[in-house]
Amino acid sequence: MNECRDLLKKLGSMKAVAGRENMAAEKIADLFREYCDEVKIDRFFNVIGLKKGQSKNPGNVLVTAHYDEIGLIVTGIEDSGFLRFAAVGGVDPKAIAAMEVTVHGKEELFGVIGTKPPHLIPPEDKSKAVKMEDMLIDIGYDGEKARELVSIGDMVSFKNPPQELLNNRVAGKSMDNRSGVATLIEILKELKKLKHDDNVYVVATVQEELGLIGAFCATYNIKADLGIVIDVCHGDMPDAPSDETFPLGKGVAVAVGPILSRKDTKAIIKLAKSENIPYQIDPETADTGTEAAVHSVAREGIPVVLLSIPSKYMHTTVEMVQIDDIISAGRLAARYIAGRVKE
Amino acid sequence: MSALDNLKKLTALDGVSGDEKPVRDYILSQVKDYVDDYWIDNLGNLITYKKGSGNGPRVMLDAHMDEVGMMVTQINSDGLLKFQIVGGIEDRVLVGKRVRIGENKIPGVIGLKPIHLQDSTERTGAVNKKKLTIDIGAKDKEQAEAKVEVGDTVAFAYDPVDFGDNKLMAKALDDRVGCAALIEILKDNYDCDIYGCFTVQEEIGLKGAKTASFQVNPDIAIVLEGTTCYDLPGAEEQSMSTRCGQGPALTIMDRSVIVDSELLKLIEDVAKIKAIPYQYKQTVSGGTNAGRIQVNGTGVKVAVIAVPCRYIHTPVSVMDKSDFENMLKLAKEVLKVIPQVDSSGRFKNHGEPHINLYREEGGKKYV
Repeated sequence: MNECRDLLKKLGSMKAVAGRENMAAEKIADLFREYCDEVKIDRFFNVIGLKKGQSKNPGNVLVTAHYDEIGLIVTGIEDSGFLRFAAVGGVDPKAIAAMEVTVHGKEELFGVIGTKPPHLIPPEDKSKAVKMEDMLIDIGYDGEKARELVSIGDMVSFKNPPQELLNNRVAGKSMDNRSGVATLIEILKELKKLKHDDNVYVVATVQEELGLIGAFCATYNIKADLGIVIDVCHGDMPDAPSDETFPLGKGVAVAVGPILSRKDTKAIIKLAKSENIPYQIDPETADTGTEAAVHSVAREGIPVVLLSIPSKYMHTTVEMVQIDDIISAGRLAARYIAGRVKE
Repeated sequence: MSALDNLKKLTALDGVSGDEKPVRDYILSQVKDYVDDYWIDNLGNLITYKKGSGNGPRVMLDAHMDEVGMMVTQINSDGLLKFQIVGGIEDRVLVGKRVRIGENKIPGVIGLKPIHLQDSTERTGAVNKKKLTIDIGAKDKEQAEAKVEVGDTVAFAYDPVDFGDNKLMAKALDDRVGCAALIEILKDNYDCDIYGCFTVQEEIGLKGAKTASFQVNPDIAIVLEGTTCYDLPGAEEQSMSTRCGQGPALTIMDRSVIVDSELLKLIEDVAKIKAIPYQYKQTVSGGTNAGRIQVNGTGVKVAVIAVPCRYIHTPVSVMDKSDFENMLKLAKEVLKVIPQVDSSGRFKNHGEPHINLYREEGGKKYV
């Protein structure tokens, strides 16, 4: 448990804004190397680990979890040194005022997202949402120095060190989907203890937040017999629909729906029951908003299972997950992989 | 330890209005060897006294210890904490922030309904503070109640960061800049009698300054503050209160006070002679303890010297270190020459301080 928490905190401190995952690719590869027979990084910076199966004629299981995170991109540098920016991925402008950031310029620069002081906001503006184009990043330099250090197109990551809370909960930026990456490691650790016939490819994928881009390459390059996608789903909160949100600590959410393999999903639920692994059912009527949508139609179609870690406050800098759910997801996926019987 | 390092230490302490003890304890440990007397009043103000050489007036220096924050007002059945603001914090800067709660500094975060689950009015509207809660990770009320109580104060959990060109980011710069400056001032000796007042509850209505000025009964008061700074591109000229890096800001008028013209003139003259940069606060918004102190007793000559703080009242306030250093320098220089006040409240021999300054500069003319 502590090991997993420390790993998640480490992952949550890495910076990998969608499209510029090269910032963290080697670090993720290092984590895989401890458990995998082969590790490589593809041209999109998907990080691919292979743990070989024991069968002479092994099938391939492909487990993906994206490691990119939402962030910002510099769109302008003012003469006063302040930076204009746009969103990379689904950033909520309401959630970023007065936030600490790292600007990935020539060097990593500290900055804050500037806001108007409350004393100076006219009452009629107080009911309106602030627009992203009206916000600025303050890196504390004048225009000349800012232009020397920063270029238009440089990425900006949110800076929020993971916080440990009650019940093994951790809150921070990029729990979506570093908790998925932590689950990949949990799966590898579990598989070390189990025998498995199939080759297991764990892939930390890129650019999910921009439209599942990394998964397209991964599912094409690896001819998989089974796909497992690990992502986050919405954690419960008071004023959100209760059938679309899932309590933290009640186990991994197993998705059920049209694009998901009926056979594998049924089997994995049965396994969760028999192994006493806590789980909850996540009904998904369409594309699921995850890489499962890519798996399901890749090549001839990959039978895919979607396992999700409930995360509160998604796409804010305080996304919150519970370590127990990551562990239950890792155990369930690993056991399902190990128990696969060739037909 | 430099005054700036001390400032960083001060910002790391929590002192939400009404709960200033951690800040007060630290300040007391820093100043008690430099003052002749000190006491803590009923409200929690730390009042220090430093005897002068006998030729100066009674001068009150004010820096408030408290900071804006929150208070736990209810523990919900699902373990989330409802809260209210203590002081002025804009709703939207609350989202996604790290906080710590109560004496045991229980960590928590302020979440927001994910953008995916917001309806169209929620997406385009402002953050609704009523729907925000603090999450400490508790799974139910019982678990939360074991860690926090209704009435606990909540502070932002942000550490200071040096960055950019001589900039410092920290929470509570308003008004730990004043506290840090006042601590330094008390280390020197002056002709005037100085009452260094570290006051409480400024952010909820200038409370501490009232009882402190009653006890001190000063002739003159100088308030050391952190003030609004809005110098971002796109800011309307009329709302640019101060500009970062252009020296400490002198208030002429705000919602609480019109400062004393003689004292303001003295401060301006000292700044000019000593070549200390300064600027005027160019909006009349906000209020300071000067507003309370000026109406004490038969009236007090007041002035405000303030460090411009961008994003004031957020956990990521930003200042230029030179503004802080120049505020400290200016305040010290003013105290060296501050003249006696006569029974009508005017500086004695009007020009005396100016003449002294003139002499000091070898008869060089100044404007």
